[in-house]
Formats: sequence, C-alpha cells, structure tokens
Amino acid sequence: MRRIGALFIILFGSSFLLFNLSAISTDPIGELRLSDAPNKEQLILNLTRELRLDLPPPVRYFVWLRGVLGVFIGNPNFGLTREQEPVITAISGAIPVTIRLVIVATFVAIFLGIALGITSALRQYTRFDYGMTFFAFLLFSLPVFWIAVLLKQYLAIDFNDFLVNATISPPWIIGLSIASGFFWAAIFSGTRKRVLTIFFTVFLANSALLTLLSATKWFAYPRLGPITVALFGVGVAYGVTYLSVGLGSKAALKTSLLMAGIGTISYFPAQLLLNSNRPRLGLLILFIILIAVSIAGSFVFSKIDRGPIIRTSLITSVLIGAFILVDRLMQAWRPFVESDDVNYRPVATIGQSTIWLSEVPFWVRVLDQAMRLILPTLALALGGFASYIRFSRGTLLDVLNQDYIRTARAKGLNERTVIMRHAFRNTMIPMSTILVGDVASIVSGAIITERIFGWQGMGTLFNKAIVSFDLNLLMGVSIFLSSLAILSNLIADLLYSVLDPRIRVGAGK
Amino acid sequence: MAKKKKVETAQVDASENAILNKETEGLSQGQIVFRRFVRHRAAMISVVFLFSLIMLVYTALDWRIGSKEDPFILPGWWKYNFEDMPELRFEDCPGGSVGCPTIDAVPFFDGDGIKMGEHPFGQDDIGRDYFALVMRGAQRSILVMFIIGIIAATLGTVIGAISGYFRGWVDAILMRIVDFIITIPVIIIASVIGFHYGNKGAAFLAVLLGFFTWTGLSRLVRGEFLSLREREFVDAARVAGASNRRIIFKHILPNAIGVIIVSVTLLMSAAILLETGLSFLGFGVTAPDVSLGLLISTYQDAFTTRPWLFWYPGLFIIAIALCVNFIGDGLRDAFDPRQRRRLSRKDKANARRMKNRNEVAA
Repeated sequence: MRRIGALFIILFGSSFLLFNLSAISTDPIGELRLSDAPNKEQLILNLTRELRLDLPPPVRYFVWLRGVLGVFIGNPNFGLTREQEPVITAISGAIPVTIRLVIVATFVAIFLGIALGITSALRQYTRFDYGMTFFAFLLFSLPVFWIAVLLKQYLAIDFNDFLVNATISPPWIIGLSIASGFFWAAIFSGTRKRVLTIFFTVFLANSALLTLLSATKWFAYPRLGPITVALFGVGVAYGVTYLSVGLGSKAALKTSLLMAGIGTISYFPAQLLLNSNRPRLGLLILFIILIAVSIAGSFVFSKIDRGPIIRTSLITSVLIGAFILVDRLMQAWRPFVESDDVNYRPVATIGQSTIWLSEVPFWVRVLDQAMRLILPTLALALGGFASYIRFSRGTLLDVLNQDYIRTARAKGLNERTVIMRHAFRNTMIPMSTILVGDVASIVSGAIITERIFGWQGMGTLFNKAIVSFDLNLLMGVSIFLSSLAILSNLIADLLYSVLDPRIRVGAGK
Repeated sequence: MAKKKKVETAQVDASENAILNKETEGLSQGQIVFRRFVRHRAAMISVVFLFSLIMLVYTALDWRIGSKEDPFILPGWWKYNFEDMPELRFEDCPGGSVGCPTIDAVPFFDGDGIKMGEHPFGQDDIGRDYFALVMRGAQRSILVMFIIGIIAATLGTVIGAISGYFRGWVDAILMRIVDFIITIPVIIIASVIGFHYGNKGAAFLAVLLGFFTWTGLSRLVRGEFLSLREREFVDAARVAGASNRRIIFKHILPNAIGVIIVSVTLLMSAAILLETGLSFLGFGVTAPDVSLGLLISTYQDAFTTRPWLFWYPGLFIIAIALCVNFIGDGLRDAFDPRQRRRLSRKDKANARRMKNRNEVAA
C-alpha cells in the first residue's frame, strides 16, 4: 500500500516536471505572431483562451491535473488535442498498434537473446562466445533508424524482387550453407574432427534443403502440409523432452511423441475448425483440445513425477498447434500475394496494415498484419536482443560459479540437469525482473521505429504532439509511458520477491 | 585415473594462482587495473582506433575562431569545408546518379591503388563535399558525447555521493528528484528539449541533455556509498578527524571509481545514439549545422540511388559507438575484482613446469 502511494507521488512529480518543462520551452503562439493574417490579434487571443496561456505553467498544470484526477470518479479528462479530439480517444486508438509491435518484438528478443546468451555462456571463451560478444556490441552500437533503412532495402524490396522468381542462385546457396555450417559447428564445438563433421553435415543438409526449396519455388508459394507438420512434431517432441527432462525419461518421450502423432492427426479436423465462420473460436478450441489431450496423455503414461512430464507434453502440444497455425497462414499466402492490393509485393515497408479495397478472408488479413510486423519487429527487437545476450550470459556465468552448482555436480547429476534445472532457473530470477523493467523502454524505443515504418501508434502521436505544441496530447502520451515504467518496475520488484524468497519487499531500508 | 587427474589440476590451479599473485605483488590498485585493461585486446584496439578517429575527424576541417566577419582560420588538412559548395560532379557515376564517391580503398585489384580522389565520400544534392559533412557531423556527435558524459558524470557522482553519504532527508529529497526524472523516458525529455533548443547549437543541446541523463549513475553511486560508508576505513578516517568532504572525496570516491567510470562509458555510447536518434527525428541538431543522424535522416530515401549518402554517416556512428562500448567492457573487466586473467597456454605450460621443478626439488 505504501508503495502504491509512493507510486502516485512519483507520477505526480514527474508529470509536474515534464509539464512545466515543455510549457516553458514551447511557444504555441510564436508562429502566429510572425504570421501576417489580418485577424492576427483575434487569433492570438482565441488561442490564448483555448490553451489557457494567460495562466503561468504551474497553475495550468493544476488545471490539467484536475481533469486527470477524474480517473478516480470514473470520468477522466485529459483535455482535447489541438484538433479538438479528446486525448483519451487518440491514445486509446494508438495503444493497440504500439502494443502489437512491442509484444512481438519483446518475445522475439527474449527467446533468441536468452537462447544465444546461454549457449554463449556454456561455451565461454570459445570462438562462438567471442563472436556473440562482438555481435551483441555491434547491435548495441547500431542506430535503429539506420538498421531500419537497411532492413527496408534488403528484407523488403530485394526480397520481394526475389519472390518474383523464387529461385536461389548457387552462390547464395553455398554462401548460406557455409554460414549456417559455421554457426552450428561453433555451437557444438569440440575436437577438430567433430567440428568438421558437424560443419559438413550441416553444410550438405542445408544446401540440399535450399536447392529443394528453390527448385520447387517454395518461397513463392510456401506450404507445410501434414507430412512436414508430422516431421516437425517428432523433432519438437525429441527436442523439448531432451531440454526439459532428458531423453532418459521414457514416459515423457512417449507422451511427447504421442502428442506429435495426435497433432498430426488433428491436422485435418483442425482445417475445418480454422476455416469455419469463426476462426478465432476455432483456434481457441484447437488449442484447448491439444492441451487437454496432452495432460490426459501424461496421466496415462506416467505413474510418478507427473509435473515435469505434463510440462513437457504441454510445450510440445502448444508448439505443434503453432505449426498448424503457421500452415494455415501459409495457405492464405496465394490469395494474399495475388490480391490486387498486394500485387506480389508481400513485404511492405510502410504502415501497419494494407488498406483492402475488396473484402478478403480472415486469414489473409491476419497474414497481412503478420507480414507488416516483420520489419519493425526486427528493428525494434535487435537492441533488446543484444542486451539479453549479454545479460543472460553474465548471469549464467555468475550462477555457474555458485556453490550449489558444485554441489549438484558433486552429487553426480548429469550436465543437462545441472544446467537446465539448477543453473538456468536461477538465471531466470534476475532475468525476469530485467525483462519486465524493460517493457517501458522498449515502448519508448518504438517511438523511432514507428516513425520510420509509418505506423500510427504512440510514437506518431508523440511526434505530432511535439511538432504542433500540443501540450495535452504530449502529457497524455508521457503519462501513459511513465505509468507503464513505474508499474513495470513495481511488478519487477514484486516478481523478484516471489521468485526469490530471500528477498522481502518493503522490509526496512 | 580420473582422481589422479583431479589432484593434478588442483596443483596446477594452485600454481596458476601463484602466478597471478606474483604478478600483482607490490602494485597499487590503479596499476593492477591499468595492467588488466591494457591486456584486454578489444578494448586496447578500440582505444587506439577511437583516438585516431578523433584526430582524423577534428583535424580535417578548418577551425574558424573568433568573430564571424574576420575569423582566425586554423586550416584543416582537407581541402573543403562543410559549408563550401564545389561544383557537382556528373561524370563517371554508375546508373546515371550524381556526386558519387571517388574513394578507392581496394589496394591492388583495380590497378590504381588507394586514393582519396576529389570527393572521397561523394557529394550531396547541392554539391557540398560529403566527406567534409561527415567529418563535421562526427565532430558534433563526439562533442555531444563528451559533454553529456562529463556533465552526467559530475552531477551523478556528486548527487549520488551526497545522497548515499548523508542519508536521511537529504537522501530522501534527492532520490525523489531522481525518481521524477527517471520515470519519464529519456527520449521524451530529450525530444521536448531538442525540438526547442536544437537550433541553439549542438553544445547547448548536449549541456541540457546532460542535465537529464545523470539519474541512473547517481543511483549506482548512492548504492556504492551506502555500503562503503559502513566500512572500517571510513570510521578510521572519521576518528582521525577528517572532514565529511575529505572522507567523501579522498576515502570513499576512489573506491567507487570503477563503477562510475564503467557506467559513464556506457552512458556515453548511449549518448551518441541518443543524439543521432534525436537528430534523425528532427528534434536534435538542425540545419545549417550538421549531425550524423541528420545526414542519415535527410538521405534515407536516397538509399536505392545513392547509397553512399547513407552508408558513411552510419559507419561513423557505429565505429564511434562500438569503440566506446568495447572500452567500457574492457574497463568493467579491469575493475572487476572477481575477474581472473585467463591464462594462455604459455602461462599454463609455465605453471606446469614450475610444479615439476618443485617436485624434482622435493
């Protein structure tokens, strides 16, 4: 309770600060003063009355605050923008756009960042580790607007050109395969023979795959189909089982494989569900069924220690569900690309959705939004991604030096259990607070990204507010961002105390 | 077998420790840190590279000192200034574009070796030499970086130190102010300031930005001071009659300097990205002055036809920020007492030899 009180005081203080700062430094009538309109005096007078410029900034702040405090009686009044639109309407229109951008970017950054960071920590002082460190520093130093222009050029314009033919030229195949060969060989480093074997295996597999994809023009009309879903399913079953309980646990492996099988079988009824009139409901039903089956399956196969097995098969089933979803989206590719509004340029550089001139199916619309998300998400995710690589690497290395890790090793646990169960979980404690605390900074990072990609979100509003001296709008946006920052800090603290019982929130100074 | 190997490694470990201890014998803390830093290869390369970059950038253009009408001109080594407008070159450009770069950095393959040419980075729309523009932009960016770094370091250290040392109501008030500033995203404050004061020059903008970026550092310093002030050496100093000021600056601050330096370097690399980002949004340095972010913002649409207008300023931003980041990383490693030097193969061989010799002697 005391913390929530402090929260409001901070919010009050920071808004007061920003209000006065921007009120003093803006001069909305400056432009009018220079104009040569015949009714200049009248205009200035009107504007002064409208914006209450006759009052000094601190007093104006309290006028504004009185409206905002209406939050408590359910009638907040953030004032009007310069276009006489309530600020609340403008902001609530922009929030979903920004949230969509930020959430995807955050998840991408978290998953990739943690995965690479942890791999890099486990391979400390190898070439892979140095490479990752350099990569992370490079990403830190890249201005987001610069990388965004590159992404626009190479991932949008050039990729669209590539899709016209959809054949990969041999030098590209070889280059890509060598790159991925190096990557995987560096991850599984070991003796020279092992590295070479891995390099060549990956190289050959990759070239074969790319040649196949190129020959079948897969990129022009991507599709997965039931067989690929089945293969992916088995792969996922093995992978998830290995990471979560180890392949030694036959029960977990059986359940996951069962889930892969069921997922593949449910591919066909899933099409019916997803193609029905209410695709969202269908999607929900699909996932509920998969989850229910995976829990039931774990109960059948496991006699003891059900928790980890349920977890394993749950992850497997959700991933398989995701594959089916991706497959459905790929089926929408052809109508999407061939529609007049897209006209064979699927990766767009500007705007958050295509303006459809004709009625299009649900999945095409979803696919369109997904395609629009790619570029800004990448641009936004890169910064967070780099810091997560560094941070998860550092934390895991710290944790690995702890005594309890030595104890775990000493009592004969295998390396997988030590890493995944003892080290990884403790790494996640500081990570989780960082992740939550970062949300606000990612949202404010979206200001630049939105500007570049022409999204109509918070960033655009903010831009407009500054350029048109719109104090109400500016305060609306910044109050939203500040409360987000404060809230996420609060959540981070609470989360920390939940995850780490040694820490008690609010216990003394 | 395995057991024997373990015992062996333990012995090697012990002798490695002996090497490390021997290395730091009789050295002050500062010397140890300096040695560690010098050994950090990436950081040392960055120091040299950044230093030469700064030299290159600041000596390239003319310096005009004094009044506008009759300035004292300190000539730079480059023939154009960023305000000069030489004639726009039309000839020998690929794809019919204009003002393409004449730099040739590939030594042998194309026959004529390395040369700068008339306009190494090309020319902009009205014929200004792009090399001179990029140099000017880099000057501004580096200036902004250092000003923000110095102001934020001073303010953050002093306020954090006072707050952590005196505690009580001083601490409460100062930290509330920090809270107020820190909750507003930097980009918002910076844009508000930048939009209205950007035309007053980069240095002025940087000073203002410096007043709002010290908060994170001050929290760190406060934390350090809170823990350091409880230590025995502070009590000893106080008993010996040292004043508060003396304790803060002579006794505690040197112990907290590692945290400060590292966080200031990271702050500086963030500052250069902040400045370029602001200029990109149009809220930073404005024309007629030049900044790297402004150059990129102006020519981002020219990427397909005249990519050099986009590449060069970006490469300079990356080079500067990357160097500063690596230096910060090197400093962090150097100041970190837990950090042990990674022994090279040669060192390990030495350790083993020493161990063998001991055994023989025994």
